[in-house]
Amino acid sequence: MSEAIVSLRNVVKRYQRGKQTVEVLHGLNLEIANGEFVALMGPSGSGKTTLLNLIGGLDRATEGEVIVAGERIDQLSSGGLAKWRARHVGFVFQFYNLMPMLTAERNVELPLLLTSLNGAQRKQNVAAALAVVGLADRARHKPSELSGGQAQRVAIARALVADPTLLVCDEPTGDLDRKTADEILHLLQVLNREHGKSIVMVTHDPKAADYASRQMHVDKGALVQAEAA
Amino acid sequence: MKFFPLIWSALWRKKLRTIFTLLSIVIAFLLFGMLQGVNAAFQRGVDNANVNRLVVTSRISLTEALPISQMQLLESVKGVAAVAHATWFGAYYQDPKNFIFAAPVEIDRYLKVVPEIKSAPEQLDALRHTRDGILVGLVAAKKYGWKIGDRVPLHSTIWTRKSDGQSDWDFQVVGFYDFTGNASQTDGALFNFDYFDEARAFRRGSVGWWVVSLSDPNQSSQVAAAIDKLFENSADETKTQSEKEFAQSFLKQFGDINFIVKAILFAVFFTLLFLTGNTMMQSVRERVPELAVLKTLGYSDTAVLTLVLVESVLLCLLAAAIGLGIAELLFPLLKSVVGEVRLPPSVLLAGGGVALVLAILTGLPPAWRAKRLDIVDALAGR
Ligand SMILES: Nc1ncnc2c1ncn2[C@@H]1O[C@H](COP(=O)(O)OP(=O)(O)OP(=O)(O)O)[C@@H](O)[C@H]1O
Ligand SMILES: [Mg+2]
Repeated sequence: MSEAIVSLRNVVKRYQRGKQTVEVLHGLNLEIANGEFVALMGPSGSGKTTLLNLIGGLDRATEGEVIVAGERIDQLSSGGLAKWRARHVGFVFQFYNLMPMLTAERNVELPLLLTSLNGAQRKQNVAAALAVVGLADRARHKPSELSGGQAQRVAIARALVADPTLLVCDEPTGDLDRKTADEILHLLQVLNREHGKSIVMVTHDPKAADYASRQMHVDKGALVQAEAA
Repeated sequence: MKFFPLIWSALWRKKLRTIFTLLSIVIAFLLFGMLQGVNAAFQRGVDNANVNRLVVTSRISLTEALPISQMQLLESVKGVAAVAHATWFGAYYQDPKNFIFAAPVEIDRYLKVVPEIKSAPEQLDALRHTRDGILVGLVAAKKYGWKIGDRVPLHSTIWTRKSDGQSDWDFQVVGFYDFTGNASQTDGALFNFDYFDEARAFRRGSVGWWVVSLSDPNQSSQVAAAIDKLFENSADETKTQSEKEFAQSFLKQFGDINFIVKAILFAVFFTLLFLTGNTMMQSVRERVPELAVLKTLGYSDTAVLTLVLVESVLLCLLAAAIGLGIAELLFPLLKSVVGEVRLPPSVLLAGGGVALVLAILTGLPPAWRAKRLDIVDALAGR
């Protein structure tokens, strides 16, 4: 196994809701090797999204260590975490979460605005990312003018464009029909195999999980088993 | 500015709402431009007042005449350098709309006290030697197209002539004058007091007010007090003010314009503050998921705060620019009221400042909200 891209040790996550404290993850341990494509599965409310948010640096663990892309991200400040995310992680959500007022290419460009690339370089990278997802001809379309599958491709292009090492996807095919879902999953597989992206994907769909190189099951805030595909 | 498309698109997310907000700000700034323009034009007369001069009027009212016999007494007051006088003539040319500030003066006395008045020596000479001569200010001369040698009839709303009981006075243009530092002061004319005094039907030997120059500007209040003391308990008690105070009290005849303008604008902008603030807040509330996505992509809390704030600044400055631009275009229509052709740059500058303050006051609460936004909660729709 090559070096781990994600490594969680004794991670506890509790939420404070008023006076009540809810423990969502209970001392979780997890390793994901560089270059893996992991499918996270489990019943609704088991803590998949919570876990994914910790891995992607969107949220912070209450206890334990979270090391992703070689950094102790549980110790970063919120500003440091934002910078880290921009550099190392790409996100794909169930509902695409594109800016409705911006064209596909402007959406894809968003992460690059935080870099020191100039206009021409940004344009070039955006075009390359759109080409990878097969949407070069839809660059000037607004999200409302795209199908669900196309919108998700734009979202993937946006996740890719800054060349992160890790892609974090929360039910990326949850809103798509079978055929479109398969296309998206195939694309993720290509990104994993040919572009060397490590991927962590939450899904409810066993067929989707089959595209991954490994499946993990979460139940009631703990990993139940980890098997190779 | 690479973030511009992002900010601009956010601004136009709800087109109609943005247009309405924009329009209300535009109208507020149009109002601001016009009212402040009028105010500034009036105020300019006050600000340009010379500190080295006093104006002596009757204590009873600005329009009450004073006897010319006061002149020698005034000259004897310690600290007084020179004394001149002028009289309200209330003239218009052809049409009451064409009001012209024409005043009978003893020109050499007047020049000594008001040295800002500049005219060619031969034209001044011509005035001295032409009984019914008139020296016309450059702005007035341009306005009516008067040339040297023209005979111009001015109608006085106050003075009738002894000879025929008429109010039409005939003058011969003998030259022009400029006024150092303030062209708007040349929207008038000066003519010979001797000619006027002899020809008028009543109140001969009186003047409208005295203008006194001081040997030391720092002594202004002492000299003013001394003058008023001098005429205390006489038939013609005086009220002596600095030229600035005089200009101010002259304006006050029409009401406290400055206060009225400020009060109206305050009300308008107070309302606008809530209107725009509410719109901005609502717009940020609708965009919570989008703002959360930006944070996900690595935009820092401060970056998101800045984006929202810049959006508000953009909206306010754009609207202010349009509003002030229209004001600038419309302002010349008020020329006959305020005597100035252009909106003073100070008003535009102040407008920009107000727009910026408005933008920050309305933009900061929603920007703060955007900054504080928790990614996980926002993405989950909590
Ligand atoms: N911010 C929060 N505050 C309080 N409780 C939370 C918060 N986020 C998640 N939870 C709780 O944690 C548990 C796990 O939530 P999570 O979203 O991780 O589940 P999930 O496995 O992604 O479910 P689903 O498959 O439905 O998306 C749930 O019981 C949820 O109510
Ligand atoms: Mg979930």
